[in-house]
Amino acid sequence: MRTETTDDTVSASADPAPLLIRGGRPYGEDVQDLLLVGGRIQSVGADLEIPEGTEIIDAEDCIVLPGLVDLHTHLREPGGEEAETVETGTRAAARGGFTAVHAMANTTPVADSAGVVEQVARRGDSAGWCTVRPVGAVTVGLAGERLAELDAMANSRAQVRVFSDDGKCVHDPVLMRRALEYVKSFDGVIAQHAQDPRLTEGAQMHEGVVSAELGLTGWPAVAEESIIARDVLLAQHVGSRLHVCHLSTAGSVDIIRWAKQRGIAVTAEVTPHHLLLTDENVRQFDAVFKVNPPLRTAADVEAVREGLADGTIDIVATDHAPHPRDAKDREWDQAAMGMTGLETALSLVQLTMVDEDRLTWRDVARVLSETPAEIGRDLEQGRPLAPGSPAHVLVWDPRPVRVADPAEHASLSQNSPFAGLELPGTNRLTVLGGRPTVRDGRVVQR
Amino acid sequence: MTERPLTSDPASPERADSSRVLGPEEIRRALTRIAHEILESGHGAEDLVLLGIPHRGVPLARRLAELIARAEGLPEDADLSELYGALDITMYRDDLRSNPTRAPSPTLIPRSGIDGRTVVLIDDVLFSGRTVRAALDALGAIGRPAAVRLAVLVDRGHRELPIRADHVGKNLPTSRTERVHVQLAETDGQDAVDIVRPTAPATEGGRA
Amino acid sequence: MRHFISIADLTRGEALSVLATAEHMADTQSRAIRKLPTLVGATVVNLFFEDSTRTRISFEAAAKRLSADVINFSAKGSSLSKGESLKDTALTLQAMGADAVVVRSGSSGAAHLLAHAGWIDQPIVNAGDGAHEHPTQAMLDAFTLRRHLRPGDPRAGLDGLHVVIVGDLLHSRVARSNVLLLTLLGARVTLVAPPALVPVGASAWPCTISYDLDEALADSPDAVMMLRVQRERMVGGGFFPTEGEYSRRYGLTIARAARLPEHAIILHPGPMNRGFEIAGAVADSPRSVIVEQVASGVFVRMAVLYHLLATDAREAHREN
Repeated sequence: MRTETTDDTVSASADPAPLLIRGGRPYGEDVQDLLLVGGRIQSVGADLEIPEGTEIIDAEDCIVLPGLVDLHTHLREPGGEEAETVETGTRAAARGGFTAVHAMANTTPVADSAGVVEQVARRGDSAGWCTVRPVGAVTVGLAGERLAELDAMANSRAQVRVFSDDGKCVHDPVLMRRALEYVKSFDGVIAQHAQDPRLTEGAQMHEGVVSAELGLTGWPAVAEESIIARDVLLAQHVGSRLHVCHLSTAGSVDIIRWAKQRGIAVTAEVTPHHLLLTDENVRQFDAVFKVNPPLRTAADVEAVREGLADGTIDIVATDHAPHPRDAKDREWDQAAMGMTGLETALSLVQLTMVDEDRLTWRDVARVLSETPAEIGRDLEQGRPLAPGSPAHVLVWDPRPVRVADPAEHASLSQNSPFAGLELPGTNRLTVLGGRPTVRDGRVVQR
Repeated sequence: MTERPLTSDPASPERADSSRVLGPEEIRRALTRIAHEILESGHGAEDLVLLGIPHRGVPLARRLAELIARAEGLPEDADLSELYGALDITMYRDDLRSNPTRAPSPTLIPRSGIDGRTVVLIDDVLFSGRTVRAALDALGAIGRPAAVRLAVLVDRGHRELPIRADHVGKNLPTSRTERVHVQLAETDGQDAVDIVRPTAPATEGGRA
Repeated sequence: MRHFISIADLTRGEALSVLATAEHMADTQSRAIRKLPTLVGATVVNLFFEDSTRTRISFEAAAKRLSADVINFSAKGSSLSKGESLKDTALTLQAMGADAVVVRSGSSGAAHLLAHAGWIDQPIVNAGDGAHEHPTQAMLDAFTLRRHLRPGDPRAGLDGLHVVIVGDLLHSRVARSNVLLLTLLGARVTLVAPPALVPVGASAWPCTISYDLDEALADSPDAVMMLRVQRERMVGGGFFPTEGEYSRRYGLTIARAARLPEHAIILHPGPMNRGFEIAGAVADSPRSVIVEQVASGVFVRMAVLYHLLATDAREAHREN
């Protein structure tokens, strides 16, 4: 596991000034002040004694949360720097309230070797906006043919614990079985992009009433559900951990619920966009709504919300997928799949879950910080807001409502499907290791 | 805008904007005269084709055909379909692109065609002359008449093309901003010709 | 109407108005001189990303008979085949001063995108987009149906008629546009196809769906429309086992045609696979109106161009 002492950039810089976050409500509960000193939370409570030179942050009426952790981010570097870089992607993450992101492996070259994952981690460290934990590819070149050197990545300086061919499904059942077995030796997890490739050849959008009308090739729910069903049974059979990426259908929620009842070690994520948008959004053929897995029906949206509320779905992960404008300014079937999400994720969760009384802010800390850190086996993130924990903290003001404008985003790409939507909440402060990375929605220049 | 209103009644501004020029009896007399003029201008009814320009030119053409048939002593129930028809000019207009789309009306040409015959184009109002120009173009696509003449119920002046009517029901001096409003029983429930003036702001009323 | 993209955008009144204009166009086409000066000075661009000689020449003839200038911009041998994007092409056409763009594309939504992405201001006519819509084809089908089954009334809809459409519904833009238009005009539509060629979700369409052609033909249709079935794609894609099996179950054979009501007519958007989805003798029979559909296509497309271009739509757009 990487520790702060190996983090040469951050440790090289001078210790940040002490910070007192005053008047906020940790986990949305009782008002408590937090004193951050030397990169750790020193004390929590009222009337705290503060050292000289402490900066005081007024957090009255704000929610204080552990820094958010995204298990599913596409930073695009190396190879896709016209869409995003580690630098811009982690700035976007910090604006979204994240202090750690897991960078997906589908870069060019693919993150399927110790060399690439170490490079990505190093770039993250030097950018310094949040912790970057590389995800390793399961198979060489994401080709789905033979296993990548998982152990080498796990034991590299990047300490990879999450492996995924995300963007592609590990569809060969034997290969999936071997991968699940292989990562047990270093407590890794396979994060599966559940999509049967044969059932989704040329698929463009959720297969249903809207696809029939628009004449776009359908992407059946069963293509996702059949892979999840197979994988939970495989995970049970070999006694491994399985993580299912971006659940999007009601059937998928049912299968995960069933698997958990059987005691299978499966975790599941949902994206913010699948908590809100539906296939009806496709009607205008605006490719900003083109995403993998596709936007589903209103019934599916309700099912994933319910699954997130009752704990069937463990976490929210952004699947932040930046694309340059040219990749989206196209006919639907020629446009790239994916949407940005880091900078709108918490607003979306507030809108769809907290404001609907389906999650408390303590639940939000669980699904957007604690559990994703735990799945990624990151001991420095998602820690309790308690003395001794690393000072990764988010101060969130849930009251303002603002119209989302991708032009304000720090991400290099603007393919946000939420442009023009009124979204609640704003980031007052993100603190990474005691140092503010974002103040009032603006990244802090150093 | 520089012309003085013909009448003015501030108490009822709506009525003051329009004044009756021809009533039913005057229209009937005007058409009867035109019918006789057409016959007198030297063409027998057998070589004659009256083509009305939609919309109000079409009922006028039918009325003229009936008047001509009566004057020629044809029986009451004579088939007049060889004597009159309709000529839609929508596709030949030169102002299409600055006006709302017009739904075309049917063109009805007598079965024996127009080649070698005298065609009298019939319209309600002659104004710029552009409608007549379009009608001449439309006619050219259909056949080659021996002669083409023009009869209108009202000539209001302001020609923009070298076109004149051979038979006119009434010459009506108007201002460009005024509108000549023709109503016919067949299309509007009554026979009337009115001049409608735009409502000018009161402050400009003194300028004349 | 600013664009002509989808039947779903039309009201019944608008559809009838286009059909009425098409009737008028048909009248003018029997005159000594068929060329109308209506659109003189206007430039119509035929932008065809997908080869379709029939549709292209139909639009070309329509535009030329209205005296518009026509520029054909086809995929073969142009920048379109070299990967130029729709966006760049649109910007080029805008700069060239096209007054209307007729677009054909294999991508569903391409015409909609062209009309609404802000790349080009001009009216867009959809000449077929992927498996989405082919609205002028549906208009010409409705025009043909009306001439035969509701003759003499240029204002009539298709109320009370029963139309059976047979074939590859999954990939057919013709079927989608026709379901929308024929039902808009009051007809009852039955779609017939093998189950694998019926889109999942089609149950929401305003029509009946059947897997049994004989059953549908027994329900006294006034017209049968056979869709083109692309054999290679079908058998290769596993949609049905063999051509023979499809033809037996879903082909319009001589025997099946003989069971149709006397007045019923047969349509096909072309090009036909004779002997496969339709027997050659049926296609050539007196009740087949397939050749007439081609003529109707020109009238309908003249009407559509007239409705879009004979007003200064750009001016109206600016004022809005």
